[in-house]
Amino acid sequence: MTSEHKHPTNPVVSQSRVDETPDGRIPVGKTIPDEQPMLSVQNLKKIYHTDAGDMEAIRNVTFDLPKGQLACLVGPSGSGKTTLLKCIAGLMEPTAGEVTLHGQQVTGPPKSMAVVFQEYGRSLFPWLRVAENVELPLKNQGMDKSKRHHLVEEALDAVGLSHVPKSYPWQLSGGMQQRVAIARAVAYQPEVLLMDEPFAAVDAQTRADLEDLVRGVWQKLGVSILFVTHDIDESVYLGERVIILSSSPTIVQEDVLVDLPDERDQLETRSSQRFSELRHHVYEQIQLAKKGFRPEDAVAHS
Amino acid sequence: MKYIRSALHIVALPLILLFIWFISTLGEPNFFIPTPQQLVETFINTWTADRFLGDVFPSLGRLIVGIALSIVVGIVGGLLIGSFRWLRALLEPTLEFFRAIPPTVLIPVLMLLVGVGDDMKVSVIVLGAVWPILLNTIEGVRSMDEVLADTSRTYGMNRVNTVRYLILPSAMPQIMAGIRQSLSIALILMVISEMFASTEGLGFAIVQFQRSFAIPEMWSGIALLGFIGVLMSFIFQLAERWILGWYHGLREIEQSA
Repeated sequence: MTSEHKHPTNPVVSQSRVDETPDGRIPVGKTIPDEQPMLSVQNLKKIYHTDAGDMEAIRNVTFDLPKGQLACLVGPSGSGKTTLLKCIAGLMEPTAGEVTLHGQQVTGPPKSMAVVFQEYGRSLFPWLRVAENVELPLKNQGMDKSKRHHLVEEALDAVGLSHVPKSYPWQLSGGMQQRVAIARAVAYQPEVLLMDEPFAAVDAQTRADLEDLVRGVWQKLGVSILFVTHDIDESVYLGERVIILSSSPTIVQEDVLVDLPDERDQLETRSSQRFSELRHHVYEQIQLAKKGFRPEDAVAHS
Repeated sequence: MKYIRSALHIVALPLILLFIWFISTLGEPNFFIPTPQQLVETFINTWTADRFLGDVFPSLGRLIVGIALSIVVGIVGGLLIGSFRWLRALLEPTLEFFRAIPPTVLIPVLMLLVGVGDDMKVSVIVLGAVWPILLNTIEGVRSMDEVLADTSRTYGMNRVNTVRYLILPSAMPQIMAGIRQSLSIALILMVISEMFASTEGLGFAIVQFQRSFAIPEMWSGIALLGFIGVLMSFIFQLAERWILGWYHGLREIEQSA
């Protein structure tokens, strides 16, 4: 965060913006000068061409992710979150605009990026054992065996799965399978970790554990994480920043700074005054988004 | 106890069939149907070491080569055709045409083109047995899970590793189903290919017995074919359990959930 202002009187701080476009408009989500961001999404637009006609999923999304930040993307269901993430991951080509990583335009999946998908059952290789699943991306990079094994061991240890390396993923519970997927991403040592509603399909208790796991991994490794979710509580609890998306066709509706303490606790944090204020604010914004509210400046920008 | 029981399950029906056969051949001897005792005796006398060397092993050799070629051609072709949409569009109508031709009608043509030797017989086997493997492989490659494919792409898997760790194992359940069908087709074609202009082989021997009215010998040859079929299916099951262990485990868990 380059220039955050804390207003004690104002219950919620929108991220302050430092750079302005030549015409004086301020793109929502732009928080740091052009030379600095690690991951930058600029005027991204995605239109699906179907037989029934064109469908505009994303109208104009601009934001950036500084090094080491944990940002949550939250939006009403059907707000194109997964589409946006796929464009950022280089799995899908945007219709207009661009995604850059270290100033390099993303045209295919970048090497220093890992993705954790929602469908853990379909993102792990069912014919490989847990440790082999974690090891495969490293093997593919041609890393030597001892280094590989060391990283795999460390990653499985970090997610609390060092006791099941020889199991097949489908022998584990849903939460454990998602841990394997996280371990695989961790062992890969990415600079940016994208997570697409990773906990949407696990039960509430497992979910709380996994949220703390993600925070722990993030603090330990210092990666930048972009965490997509439709869960408002989760976005506030996890993130240092919450980017609220409008309903489709998507624009960035608001960019909220989460000024909760770094050490978060499921009980303490969630019952704190500040948490409930932030949660309240994000909730309101999502409700507005559902009703079709769109902030003027971003609309005008498209 | 459990083993005795499953062993009983396996032998129960064969024993009943043997018994019915035994009872129904008790009366007047029938020239065309030997008694079980007769058949066992003939079997032992007919299928001597010489016969095995001269007829059975050459047949089995051609069968194995034919199946191996079908598997290699079917899988490699299927991976290519399944991976490229334009190749599929280009080849699919033509493949349907060739698939519809029974390989046996090609035997006279093949005899002229490649002669009457082993090449012709192996060609006949491959021309019939390759289709289930080829088409199943194409289907297996096409039905690839999208999330898994995306995962491989995000981790920058290179081409060789994508085939080895993603495409091939993901298509393997379908490939194995294709191989299973191909095995029985290959056995049939092995026999038929030896019935024309042949001088040795299992099919040749059976036809020769038939023409010289050596009826019990003919039946013993047919029984031997049956045993070969059982042996093939047994080997296939062992291989499948080894290759697709993950798949059966996954299915079991999905079904119990």
